[in-house]
Amino acid sequence: MSSETGPLLEARGVAVEFVTRGGHAARALDGVDLSVPRGEVLAIVGESGSGKTTLARTLLGLEKPTRGEVLFEGRPLDYSVRAMRAYRRRVQMVLQDAAGSLNPRQTVYESVAEGIRLHRLDRTDEQGRSEAEQVAAALSEAGLRPPERLFLRYPHELSGGQKQRVLIAGALALRPELVLADEPVSSLDASIRGEILALLLRLRQELGMGVVVVTHDLGLAWNIADRIAVMYLGRVVECGTTEEVLTAPKHPYTKALLSVVPEIEDLEPVVLTGEVPDPSRIPFGCRFHPRCPARADGTTERAGVDEACRLEPLEVLPATGEHRAACHLDRVLSTAPPG
Amino acid sequence: MSAVSEEVEPLLALRGVSVTYHTAEGPLPAVRGVDLTLAPGEVVGLAGESGCGKSTLVSTVLRLQPTGAEVDGEVLVLGQDVQTISWGKLRALRWAGASIVFQGALHSLNPVQRIGRQIAEPITLHEPELRPEQVQRRVDELLEQVGLSASRARSYPHQLSGGQKQRVMIAMALACRPQLIVADEPTTALDVMVQAQILDLLRDLVRDLDVGLLIISHDLSVLADVCDRVLVMYAGRIVEAGTAGEVFVEPLHPYTAALSGAFPRIGDPAARYAPAGLAGDPPDPRSLPEGCSFAPRCSRAVDRCTHAEPPLVEVHGRPVACIRAGES
Amino acid sequence: MTATPTAVQLTPGQVARRRRAQAARRTWAGFRSHRSGLFGLALLLFFVLVALLAPLLADSEGLEVTKATGGVLQPPSSGYPLGTDENGRSILTLLIWGSRISLFVGMLATLISMIIGTLIGLASGFFEGWPARLLFRVTEWFLVIPFVPLAIVLATVLGRSLINIVIVIGITGWAGTAMLIRSQTLSIKERPYVERARVLGAGRWHQMSRHILPNVMPMVFANTTLTVALAILAETTLSFLGLGDPTRVSWGSMLEDAFAVGAMTTGAWWYIVPPGVCVVLVVLAFTLVGQALEEVFNPRLRER
Repeated sequence: MSSETGPLLEARGVAVEFVTRGGHAARALDGVDLSVPRGEVLAIVGESGSGKTTLARTLLGLEKPTRGEVLFEGRPLDYSVRAMRAYRRRVQMVLQDAAGSLNPRQTVYESVAEGIRLHRLDRTDEQGRSEAEQVAAALSEAGLRPPERLFLRYPHELSGGQKQRVLIAGALALRPELVLADEPVSSLDASIRGEILALLLRLRQELGMGVVVVTHDLGLAWNIADRIAVMYLGRVVECGTTEEVLTAPKHPYTKALLSVVPEIEDLEPVVLTGEVPDPSRIPFGCRFHPRCPARADGTTERAGVDEACRLEPLEVLPATGEHRAACHLDRVLSTAPPG
Repeated sequence: MSAVSEEVEPLLALRGVSVTYHTAEGPLPAVRGVDLTLAPGEVVGLAGESGCGKSTLVSTVLRLQPTGAEVDGEVLVLGQDVQTISWGKLRALRWAGASIVFQGALHSLNPVQRIGRQIAEPITLHEPELRPEQVQRRVDELLEQVGLSASRARSYPHQLSGGQKQRVMIAMALACRPQLIVADEPTTALDVMVQAQILDLLRDLVRDLDVGLLIISHDLSVLADVCDRVLVMYAGRIVEAGTAGEVFVEPLHPYTAALSGAFPRIGDPAARYAPAGLAGDPPDPRSLPEGCSFAPRCSRAVDRCTHAEPPLVEVHGRPVACIRAGES
Repeated sequence: MTATPTAVQLTPGQVARRRRAQAARRTWAGFRSHRSGLFGLALLLFFVLVALLAPLLADSEGLEVTKATGGVLQPPSSGYPLGTDENGRSILTLLIWGSRISLFVGMLATLISMIIGTLIGLASGFFEGWPARLLFRVTEWFLVIPFVPLAIVLATVLGRSLINIVIVIGITGWAGTAMLIRSQTLSIKERPYVERARVLGAGRWHQMSRHILPNVMPMVFANTTLTVALAILAETTLSFLGLGDPTRVSWGSMLEDAFAVGAMTTGAWWYIVPPGVCVVLVVLAFTLVGQALEEVFNPRLRER
């Protein structure tokens, strides 16, 4: 099993179930096949309840899948303490809550140095740099220059953008091969967004790291992602390259999401009614069918798939490179002869 | 400057409003001379990011600014200056004349009270002569108006989703039939689809109830979608104003251009692998730079920009505070 | 430009030291603004000095019954500012030397109960599963048991000595601290920065010692001073009940003796009031300092 040519990280049939307080089983992830190649930017897009954060956490090993497995370089994850520590050296994550992710009693220096100390990188650095030099280098790479000026600052003295950069620097310092970023810019001001996204892009372009971004913002995916996976209620409903999915979407959910991105011209907005259902009550058949606009306007009935939408569950989308959607209507339309 | 006819009395008129906080380290000018008007049935957007003073400005509308904040200029709500009128008149105005949907609505609800009771509270305060059944009926009406079923009145906040809580906040704002509603960041922290639903709801309410709506947001594209006119705020001042289309599609001030470009147009090949943003952070009101407060972050800044704060002048028919606006 | 700087001025040790110094300065500045806390601190320092300087303030020979030179239960006079006890010893001498035992027992017992309480509180808050739940139940149990009967039983079993009194108070007093630490641990455990440490590769020990403990310590510190007050009261009570070390004088044992010789009925107020007042003042001092510390540390904990 060659580890250099295959995907870096894979999810195979991963499902994660929680037991809610009422005793019901909530399936945050309900069968996901995903493949993360080396040195690519993948965007996992979805709303709350889609399972995107759970997927990211499961890929990182913070959650253990109830079914299926996560493979790193072709081998299933070993959840022992030592193996996890070695794994974290190579796959890192920037968590969602930037403000809360920094220990308020630690200085910026200590927050960034934490990873270096945990993995004893001051002893194993190829360039022979000291811990302080590595911290300065990480902060510089994250765009905070001159880095020494921030060494003794506390989190509450930093702006939102600076906090986010410090967190990215902390992950960078370990020189991982893959960085997961959960909603990296959603709590930041609009004008700072671009800088942080440019930083993430530089991780791929200059440092060769792979990036997986979890977000609800389609525009973010358009800005920096090579590939995109759209999630709904615990499953991937569409995947492909960013251009394919965002300019020629196949799944009605993706189409609806695109149509409501605030613009002045372009697509007629399709505002879905209601909200994403509770993960403990996933609809039968196609999980999107109760809210599907293609059913509401009769398209599925005319195509003869309406009953399938209501009763037949769809298979898990395989993690191939093609542009595919988990949709009965799309399957019929894409296999129908032209004309 | 605006397209509003002078005969109709504006619901909201801010004239030269400045707000200065007196802190231990000295005066902090949060708002520096803002003019704004809003007519009945109009939707006006105020675009700005954290630290620009927009929340402070909103708090002056119902005299809710913190004690110790000095307010200059006139804040006219339904023709009355809220900063100087008597306490009784202010109470009457609060909620029945104008109401506010605050930022972070998700945390503004009392977790141990049912929704129905929280919505009923302003009603019973302003109309104490109503009987309980009448109040209950009004609460049910309001819930339906915002797209929730009346049975939701018996729920507790933790049983509602983010979007539903925001709807409850809007219902509360409508409780006393105000003529003016101010919504501070009503869609931040909401999912895209829920955001679209809330914006649709606000649009419908303005049309059906003929209220005036002032929306504050840092997302210029949201404002461009819903508002008739948009004003852009930076470091306590208005730096550009115009119709939503003008401001979003042909921004004259470099800051507006940055805000407008922050969220890319999906499908635009130029935006692929090219996230657009501003370097640096918004200025600290305690130590504003010399001259134009945006100059340190501006890609078009020249030496002249640091001499004096650019005044709001008319360029291409609308006010802009940039000495290089309109240059080709 | 990603060149690493060739010389970085600060070493990690210096950074940590600077940070601690800054934190200490801020704490002191906050504390200074509480007048009641400063008063309590001054009172405390006074008693500590008295205890430390006891040999200089009063001849230790004054404690020996055989060398007593005063009259029996004499009221205050020029030679004996606070009068004498039933053996003719100067009450003032007893008081000064008694402060040593009372403060020593109070502080040492608190140290023991704080260590036990912090360890158990951390463990029951941080870990999951039945061991943690068991620890929690034990804590609850110890919290509910009335102090005096338990202390009497333990003291009787262990015997009357100074160290046994310390042990008794330490063992019976840790539960309150443990509850406090546990609830703090539970809330800090959920904070994103603890999870970030996990993501960076930290094991449980690192999470506990580097993130949870430092954020819990301020509360512990404030709680400790209040616990000392309770421990001193406990020692006084136990000695008064006759369970203290018979060879040593403490404020509690003075009250015990006073009661035994019927000082109340004979009106020998100089035997009862001074030790009682001293206990009250010391407890008050610790309480004021503890309350001020809690206020200083709490806003910091809630800061962003």
